[in-house]
Amino acid sequence: MSVLIVGASVAGIRTAQALRMRGYSDLITVIGEEIHHPYDKPPLSKDMLLPEGDGSPVQLLSAEEINALDVQLRLGVRAAKLNTSTREISTEDGEILGFDDLVIATGVTPRTLPGATELGGIYTVRNADDASALRERLPHARHVVVVGSGFIGSEFASVASGYGADVTIVEAQDVPMAHILGSEVGALVSSLHAENGVRLLTGTSFDHFTGDGQVESVVLADGRVLPADLVVIGIGAKPAIEWLSDSGLPLGNGIECDEQLCVLGADRIYAAGDVAHWPHGLYGKSLRIEHWTNANEHADIVAASIAGGPTRRPQPPYVWSDQYGHRIQIVGRPSEGRAVSVRGGSGSEPVVAIYAGTDGVVVGAVVLDNPRLLMKIRKAIANRAQAVTLDALLDPPVSTRL
Amino acid sequence: MKDTQTMERRLACSVDDLECGSSMTLQGAVRIAVYRNDDGDFFATADTCTHENWSLGEDSDLEGNEVICPLHMARFDIRTGRPLCLPATIALATYEVQIEDGKVYVLC
Repeated sequence: MSVLIVGASVAGIRTAQALRMRGYSDLITVIGEEIHHPYDKPPLSKDMLLPEGDGSPVQLLSAEEINALDVQLRLGVRAAKLNTSTREISTEDGEILGFDDLVIATGVTPRTLPGATELGGIYTVRNADDASALRERLPHARHVVVVGSGFIGSEFASVASGYGADVTIVEAQDVPMAHILGSEVGALVSSLHAENGVRLLTGTSFDHFTGDGQVESVVLADGRVLPADLVVIGIGAKPAIEWLSDSGLPLGNGIECDEQLCVLGADRIYAAGDVAHWPHGLYGKSLRIEHWTNANEHADIVAASIAGGPTRRPQPPYVWSDQYGHRIQIVGRPSEGRAVSVRGGSGSEPVVAIYAGTDGVVVGAVVLDNPRLLMKIRKAIANRAQAVTLDALLDPPVSTRL
Repeated sequence: MKDTQTMERRLACSVDDLECGSSMTLQGAVRIAVYRNDDGDFFATADTCTHENWSLGEDSDLEGNEVICPLHMARFDIRTGRPLCLPATIALATYEVQIEDGKVYVLC
C-alpha cells in the first residue's frame, strides 16, 4: 500500500501527519514543486516581511518532525499529468510515480494583471520566494501600490506602512470586502487603513503599468497615475488544477468531491485544502474554502478516508488577518447571510458583526480584537442558533439592527 | 509529573468562582489553565497552546472535555492534555487538581 500526496504545503504535509496520527504505517510520498523545506503560509504576508525578521520562511514542522513521520519528501518535483487508469502521476521531469491512494493538495495560483511579469518590482504573495523578495525590497520602497484590498493586500499595506513607505491601495469595489462582509462592515474593517495613514482608493480599477525594466507607475482606468516602485497584486487566486485538465477528474471551481473528500467518480483519489470543492455539512452545499484552518481540517478528513476511523463533525470555517496591530477574525460564512447586528467601530472600539440567513440562523461573524467573543459566536454557528438568541448574550445589549 | 516533594500547591479559586463549561488562568512563573467541565469537574493544564503562544485559560472555548484555542482552532483533551486535531501535535502538560473546603488547588 502507498499514499502519494501532491503538494507539500499545509494541506499536503498535514495530511501526512494526520495519516501517521491515525496509525497508517505504509509508504507515504509527498511531492512539492518548491525546493524549500515545507513552510507555513500565513506568515508570508505577516511576520516574514517584518523589519525584525530575516525573511526566511516559518517551518511547518522541523526536520526532526519530518524524520519522525517517516515520509518520503520529494522537493522541487512538479506533477504534470495524472493517469487514473494506470494510477500514475508523471512529473515535469518525466518521472512516473505510482500510487494506491492519491491526495491532491496543489492549492491555488494567485491571479495577476496584464504586464505584471514584464516589469521588475511587481509581486503576488503566494510563496516563500515572493515573501523573501518583498522583504528585501521593502526597506528601499518609497511608493508602494497595492492592487486589491482583501486580506493579502491589506496585510501587505499594513507591513509596508510600517517601513515608512507611502502606501496606496486600489480597490475596484466601492467598499473593500463588500462582497463578503457587506458595505457597512466592510467600511468599518477597512477604516484601519486611513487610521494608519494608508491611502485607499475605491471604485476604481487598474488599467496598466508603466516603467522601463522596473515598474514606475500604476495607471488607473480613470486616468490617475500612481507613482510606484513596489507593487503587490492581491486580487484572489484560482485552483491549481491545469495539470489535471485531461485526467477525467470532475473539475470546475476546484476539484469536485464528496463529504469525505473523495473525488467524485474516482477511486481512492482525494483532494484537500484550497483546491477541493466539497459539500460542507453546516451549509448544505458545496464550498471551496481557501482558509488555513480548512487545510488542517481537510487533512484529517482525508486521512480518515484512507486509514479509517471517525471524523469530527463539520467545523465552522475560520480565517484571521493581522493588520496594524489588530486582529480581524471571520468565523462561518458572512456572505451566506446579511449583517443583522453590528457593534462598536467608533474610534478604537472592538467591532462585532453577526450575520444571519433569512431564517434568522447565525451563519457567520466578523470580530475585531475580541477572540473570546469569537469563540462564543463560533459555538452559536455550529449549533445553528438564532441570531436573536446569540445577540441577547452579547454586551452591550443594544446592537444597531435587531 | 514532578516528585511530590518538590511540588507547590497553588490556590486557584473557590469552587463557585468558576462556572461549569468555563476556564481561567492561574498567573505565576508557570501559567496554568484551570477548567471546569459541564459536569462540574476541574482539570488543569499548561496555559499556553503548544502550537502558538496563546492563553487557553483566558481566551478559549470549552466543549465537553475539549479546549479549543481561538487563534487557529487547535484542540486538546483537558483531562490528558492530548492534542486532538491539527495544528496541535504536542500535548499540554497536565497538573493534578485537589478540591478542599470548597477551594480549588493545583499541584505544580
